[in-house]
Amino acid sequence: MAEQPNLDYIKEISGGNEDFEKKFLTIIQTEFPKEKNDYLENLESDNLEESAKIVHKIKHKLGILGLTGGYKLAVKYEEDLKYGDTKLKEEFKQILQSVEEFILKIA
Amino acid sequence: MKCIIVDDEASARAIVLELCKAIPEMEVIAEFPNALEALKFLKHNSVDLIFLDIHMPKLTGVDFIEMVNNPPKIVLTTSDKDFAIEAYGYEFIVDYLVKPITHERFQKCIVKLNNAFKSASIESTETQMMQAEDEDLYINIDRRLIKLKFRDILLIEAQGDYIEIKTQQKQYRVHSTLKKIKEKLPQSRFLQIHRSFIINFTQIIDIQDNSVLIERSVIPISRSNRPELMQRLNLL
Repeated sequence: MAEQPNLDYIKEISGGNEDFEKKFLTIIQTEFPKEKNDYLENLESDNLEESAKIVHKIKHKLGILGLTGGYKLAVKYEEDLKYGDTKLKEEFKQILQSVEEFILKIA
Repeated sequence: MKCIIVDDEASARAIVLELCKAIPEMEVIAEFPNALEALKFLKHNSVDLIFLDIHMPKLTGVDFIEMVNNPPKIVLTTSDKDFAIEAYGYEFIVDYLVKPITHERFQKCIVKLNNAFKSASIESTETQMMQAEDEDLYINIDRRLIKLKFRDILLIEAQGDYIEIKTQQKQYRVHSTLKKIKEKLPQSRFLQIHRSFIINFTQIIDIQDNSVLIERSVIPISRSNRPELMQRLNLL
């Protein structure tokens, strides 16, 4: 079964502060779709250097959402993109999909 | 500890802000989504610490470090583990936090920061003391200007319209006030312990009850000045 996003890290940071959790999830719900779109647009335009920069930002969110495997893949993919290698793009796309579904579910 | 957070990701800023809230001595006074805004802010405001992201569009954290005047302590926050070695090339960079930052790692960072601030404070006091060693004061006695080294002065006593300056070798009676001479003395070495006395506290031999022994002089300590004197002593 594929790795699923979770809120463990956010809960650890919040120490039970629900206001922070709500505020933080709102930020993720705003930031993530924009970053995902920027990434896809740059990938489509073959602007791989810029794509790598956005993957760098997205990987932080994968870590926040407990996607350890996704985070590792993003680290590798970011480096690959800098050298023009896009072979991990489908796997990365699936991770983005699971994050998107998760943030829609918790909205 | 007054600090600012510089990171283009709102989620990253929110995490650092939340982690700081758990540290009583930490006061986040502003946060910025880019380095340029932070630079503008620092032109008119001083801070003790900056949490700084490295990978930011347009002006990166490294550009920011190169551009900021008299940088305060900096803690880098980034997802790029490879920058760590390069980061420690700057003496004001105290720590390097890899995102996502955990509570445990943040606590370690706070310990590092406290140690860094403590060392900086000791260093600054030592520098002041060393400067004070070499500085001197000219006093006017019978139209003659006599040079006294700060380190040679033991104490100064107010005597009506005059002050008496005692050194290891001699005593000098000068037409002046304690208030006036106090302004000329380095605070790192001198302290007023009584309405009528300023002492060179590096020359203290011992302190008993409410008096201080300097060479053969017993100087009273007033109740109001005692706490400051005790604070300045390196007590075991």
